[in-house]
Amino acid sequence: MIALLIRDLRLAIRAGGGFGLGLGFFLILTVLVPLGVGPDTGTLALIAPGILWVGALLACLLSLDRLFALDHEDGSLDLLATSPIPLEGVVAIKALAHWLTTGLPLALAAPVLGILLNLPGPAFAPLVLSLLLGTPALSVIGAFGAALTVGLKRGGLLMSLLVLPLYVPTLVFGAQAVSRAAQGLDGSTALLLTAGITAGSAALLPFAAAFALRINLR
Amino acid sequence: MDMRVTDLACARGGLPLIEGLSFAVASGEALVLRGPNGSGKTTLLRTLAGLQPALKGEITCPPEAMAYAAHADGLKSTLTVAENLTFWAAIHGQAGIGAALTAMNLTDLAGRQAQHLSAGQKRRLGLARLLVTGRWLWVLDEPTVSLDADSVALFAGVVRRHLAAGGAALLATHIDLGLPEARVLDLTPYRAALPPDLGFDEAFL
Repeated sequence: MIALLIRDLRLAIRAGGGFGLGLGFFLILTVLVPLGVGPDTGTLALIAPGILWVGALLACLLSLDRLFALDHEDGSLDLLATSPIPLEGVVAIKALAHWLTTGLPLALAAPVLGILLNLPGPAFAPLVLSLLLGTPALSVIGAFGAALTVGLKRGGLLMSLLVLPLYVPTLVFGAQAVSRAAQGLDGSTALLLTAGITAGSAALLPFAAAFALRINLR
Repeated sequence: MDMRVTDLACARGGLPLIEGLSFAVASGEALVLRGPNGSGKTTLLRTLAGLQPALKGEITCPPEAMAYAAHADGLKSTLTVAENLTFWAAIHGQAGIGAALTAMNLTDLAGRQAQHLSAGQKRRLGLARLLVTGRWLWVLDEPTVSLDADSVALFAGVVRRHLAAGGAALLATHIDLGLPEARVLDLTPYRAALPPDLGFDEAFL
């Protein structure tokens, strides 16, 4: 399993792997929003938590359709399905590799971009924390969506439509944790709920995704 | 060790292709599957490898004993030959890829990225993967596509060594592999009769 993780990380970093795609998208979005909304610091501080979370979510979505599609195209998925590793493990490891190359960099870059959006001081720590706790759920839910649409040509559109509603709870609670902290309130309940969604989806969705993969491989 | 298949029926895309197929492969044996295009060779091999369920029938050998090689080699174009092979060796819990590289004449290419290989070299790398799986039965779908005559002979030698070491092989191929000792199984007599009327609903599914 560690070999699979190392391979996926290596593929992401090599040319054409798409590492940095999500990060670049996140950067562009948060740079453009103040230009579009205007320089009023009050407005920016108000919308910053939401914009940062929506940006992170869309950036995650950007690289998801390649998660299984590339392995399906070159035949690796068939070979992995017949290998000693259970497909559930394959899904979990690929979701982890996706998070390490997408979610983790986003969470680490978010404070820098928070400055651009005039995010209030007390909200910086909750922002990083909520992204660290919430983005794994985005990767796992996305892996499930990618597994459902793996055999389809141009399945990315369908996958986005399937996955976006499932992203809503993570987005609501994640953004809530940040905006409550920005208003000087206690956001720990929202943080705990975000962590709960991550824990639940990481425990259950690999099984659902592996089941979907088996059907799609037939 | 042997594999016995009894009264197997399998389907592709919901349509039955093969029915009533029974055969056995024992250690040290190679069985060559023949049949015209569309006769269900790939479907049969995917069913045996556990990628799709059989309609009915029994297979005594678990998919965990088989190494499946399909039309696609499962190579990552930005990884080198050695990295690709090391990955599959690690997945199957085997150490050392040197023997596999030597056997398929890939030692000189070990440091080259898979995207810069020719079609035949990629195929040789895909076949070298079989040697690092450590599995008993090789289930091969058109293994010699895009190989030149020398490489086909090289591969036949590799298969023969696998058989001599107590392994077995099941090959679907159209060309002569140079394995005169291999038994041949023609799939044509086992072609499933198409259902006479698919009905209105089926036509729209």
